[in-house]
Amino acid sequence: MIDANTEPSLQIQALCCVRGDRVLFRDLSFAVQGGELLHLKGHNGSGKTTLLRALAGLLLPESGEVRWAGQNIRSLREEYSRHLLYLGHLNGIKGDLTAVENLRISSVLDGLQLSEKRAWEVLGEIGLKGHEDLPSKHLSQGQKRRVALARLLVNRARVWILDEPFTALDVDAVQLLQEVIRQHVANGGVAIITTHQEVAMIGEHTRTISLGRADV
Amino acid sequence: MFEPLYWIIRRDLTIAMRRRSDIFTTLIFFVIVVSLFPLGIGPEPDTLRLIAPGIVWVGALLASMLALELIFSADHRDGTLEQMLLTPQPVSLLVAGKVIAHWLVSGIPLVLMSPLLGVQYDLSWEALGTLVVSLLLGTPALSLIGAIGAALTLGLRSGGVLLALLVLPLYIPVLIFGAGAVEATVSGLGGQSHLSMLAAILVASLVLAPLATAAALRVAED
Repeated sequence: MIDANTEPSLQIQALCCVRGDRVLFRDLSFAVQGGELLHLKGHNGSGKTTLLRALAGLLLPESGEVRWAGQNIRSLREEYSRHLLYLGHLNGIKGDLTAVENLRISSVLDGLQLSEKRAWEVLGEIGLKGHEDLPSKHLSQGQKRRVALARLLVNRARVWILDEPFTALDVDAVQLLQEVIRQHVANGGVAIITTHQEVAMIGEHTRTISLGRADV
Repeated sequence: MFEPLYWIIRRDLTIAMRRRSDIFTTLIFFVIVVSLFPLGIGPEPDTLRLIAPGIVWVGALLASMLALELIFSADHRDGTLEQMLLTPQPVSLLVAGKVIAHWLVSGIPLVLMSPLLGVQYDLSWEALGTLVVSLLLGTPALSLIGAIGAALTLGLRSGGVLLALLVLPLYIPVLIFGAGAVEATVSGLGGQSHLSMLAAILVASLVLAPLATAAALRVAED
């Protein structure tokens, strides 16, 4: 069990990831504390997504380990997932379900209670008013992304791992999302994001790590 | 603990209801395969009665295998599967929910259709009853065992063929006891013992298969 009083931190120790037979990065070590935003940079194919998937525990690194509050996430498993919200390239929503159904189901699986009424409110907040009960397959790319991002507004996870969260979003949504991330970090959460856009982010505690060069 | 299970089942049933064509393909495949044999072999009641249990069961087996690919592939494509692996819920519980929903959609129609097909083969009422019970116990075991194969072949290019090669050998015990139960009833011995074995296989796969499937899914998403 994780002690609730300890300062949550994510430690990456000597991480090495291999895709095919190419080493994406090796001996990567850093730590992220609560209240910090980590911006991962790097050109296409430099291993950003791989690193994020390794941090989320979806991908087994070649060597090294990821620790949450001092323990390897491999041994924590569901205990770590409780503190984690990962949004990848795929939105993770079902096209046959409506936005409300998608949001409620992902909330239940995250261990939260979300009433139907609250789900409608949240989707309104994220700019999907009028589209809440349409099957998601009829929504545009940006709207689908918003359905996926609506989870950020209801989730209480400490660690947010967001892979290209700004893709397909319009200016308003980008601003809204930045604000949401800023608040999350200000409340002591950890946010790890990748993005190619120059985003005028966000408070004092922003750090940048560049992948794909020797100076990692 | 059972709330996520309920929601997963509800979710998959809702999706299945919104794309009903998937259900009917499996069912129609089953009906056609089983109906082809009387046409090919000829209308000799004694012969038909003899081969009926085996044919209905092999038909159910193939139909259930055909439907397997659908369990995880859509969730894999749209990213909901990787989200399931990242929830605080035990993955094997979510897998169990998905398999139950899958069986309700693809297995139950086979069970309901089977007596009608049995009539084609001139089976007695008693034998029809055993056929239904044996399928009721056997098809969920098929779905549970098949889910392991579906998870292992997830995302592979020729996954369908490989899935058949992986899963069909594992189906053999279910086939033997399922068809055996009906045969025993036809020959007047009573299918009790076969049905008990089927129930045992079902219980064992209910306990073990979700664990194996969950492990296979983690590998598939790596």
